[in-house]
Amino acid sequence: MRNIWTIARKEMNSYFRSPIGYFILAIFAFLFGFIYYRSVADFIFTSLTRAQYAQMYGQSMPPMNVNEMVIRGLLSTTSFFLLFLVPMITMRLFAEEKKTGTIELLMTSPITEMQLVLGKFFGSLLLYSIMLGITVPFMMILFRYGNPDWKPVVAGYLGQLLLGGTFISLGLMFSTFTRNQLIAASLTFTTLLLLWVIGFWSQSSGSAWAQIASYIAILTHIESFTKGVIELKDTLYYLSAIGLGLFLSVRSVESTRWRA
Amino acid sequence: MIEVQGLTKRYGKTVAVNDLSFSVEKGEVLGFLGPNGAGKTTTMRVLTGYLPPTTGKVRVAGYDVMESPLEVKKRVGYLPETPPLYTDMRVHEMLDFAARIKGVPARQIKTRREYVAEKTAITDVLNKIVGHLSKGYRQRVGLAAALIHDPELLVLDEPTAGLDPKQIIETRKLIQSLSRDHTIILSTHILPEAANTCNRVMIINAGHLVAEDTPENLTHRLQGFETMRLVVEGPQEPVREALAGVEGVHEVSPIPMPGGRVEFSVQMAPEQDRRKELARKVVEGGWGLLELRPTGMSLEDIFLKLTTKDTAESEQAQQAAAAPETPEGGEPETAEEVTEA
Repeated sequence: MRNIWTIARKEMNSYFRSPIGYFILAIFAFLFGFIYYRSVADFIFTSLTRAQYAQMYGQSMPPMNVNEMVIRGLLSTTSFFLLFLVPMITMRLFAEEKKTGTIELLMTSPITEMQLVLGKFFGSLLLYSIMLGITVPFMMILFRYGNPDWKPVVAGYLGQLLLGGTFISLGLMFSTFTRNQLIAASLTFTTLLLLWVIGFWSQSSGSAWAQIASYIAILTHIESFTKGVIELKDTLYYLSAIGLGLFLSVRSVESTRWRA
Repeated sequence: MIEVQGLTKRYGKTVAVNDLSFSVEKGEVLGFLGPNGAGKTTTMRVLTGYLPPTTGKVRVAGYDVMESPLEVKKRVGYLPETPPLYTDMRVHEMLDFAARIKGVPARQIKTRREYVAEKTAITDVLNKIVGHLSKGYRQRVGLAAALIHDPELLVLDEPTAGLDPKQIIETRKLIQSLSRDHTIILSTHILPEAANTCNRVMIINAGHLVAEDTPENLTHRLQGFETMRLVVEGPQEPVREALAGVEGVHEVSPIPMPGGRVEFSVQMAPEQDRRKELARKVVEGGWGLLELRPTGMSLEDIFLKLTTKDTAESEQAQQAAAAPETPEGGEPETAEEVTEA
């Protein structure tokens, strides 16, 4: 446990020793802030027109749901941002250590490959959690001035955490394959994009293959979470994807000893 | 401390280390000597648990590197040729991280950090960023990180490579002072370094152990003949004949010097000390004996002799087997580095 924490803390700190951590957080904050502004502005505009409409015809105004109209959209857009933000987080994890030779320090220290991989995974997950944390004050404003249901929001955040974990474990795996950060990032990005695009295909066709594709597609499983439903099937999908990514990473790190 | 039996390491078809066996006692300073590509680094990486051996048994501090790698790693401090340092950390952060990852208990980290910093003389740079340090300082920070968990065995891969002469001397002194508390293995292709710092030298070439002994014994054992250097004021031929008449003398080769002096290199059987007879012959002839001293074969000579002999043999063997590859690390690329050192 202590070894995992040592590595995780080192990874976490190293994001903020270079500009990369600040850069990722700033980009995310800017993008999220922008779509937040847009969707809240839309919501207000819609509510104003509806109120006007209702007044004009002397009817009562139809109810509007903040969860459905604002929060769901915000969370799905966030998952889309992850496609290109996560490769930036994970590319350096192993590639940099290999390039600079510091992997030799880690591999000759009394820690197991599993502890090393888990430490790096949690270090990145911590940065990702900070990233998600940036969105919390935005949500609090919605709770202050509106009355959304909190349960779907919690489910949505849980989904984001699982989705981010899956992306990170894949990125981590690609980072163990190479000593070149750019290659690690490109492989991660392409794979995530591919897993995302598969989802479109599955929607446009009803064949058995499309159903398989929809099960593989990474973003289809987030839908239930953003709707506020914690589905066992989808939770298991993400947990097993994380497990697979971490397992392959451990294997890949072990194999560098044999191939070296 | 270390027992290695039949260690072989292959990278694909290349054999980096071939059937190497040796043992190291506690408190020894062992030097691996060999040209680049001889298999020194590979052997060290196996000892530190970084690489698994292809075949062979390797035990360090009583633990097998394959069966209990973590126990071995707890007891070994390793400094690779390029110190593995995080260049974006400050020196004290680097040392703290090394301490935690090597399993130093949290309460002892501060005292260990202060101790190794003082030992390696980096106290004044503890707050600097590693990436801003000079090569010499980085080397010492790397050494401090390798020492932080007070390892029983210290493995240093070319600890003086790339340092300036002053730093080399400091590093040697440091290694000598460390040898009181730690068993040390160091590798080098610089010969005087091995003679200076080690109490035992293993010469490795192309993955084979070529010779193993103390630096002094190695000189003695491989010499065959003892060589005396005489500088005589007198005619060359008569002196040569007189010297050749001494019992046990094998060969006398004169080298004329300016001012009527001649330098003689006399090769003789090493069993008996014949210096008195040599001196008497010169004095009896009425010539002036200006200098008489034994010149032991230097480690460099031995090294070149051994490695070149080995290369010639393996080349023959390979020609016989009609193998297309040339032996690895065949050329002894020492001359330049030796003069530098």
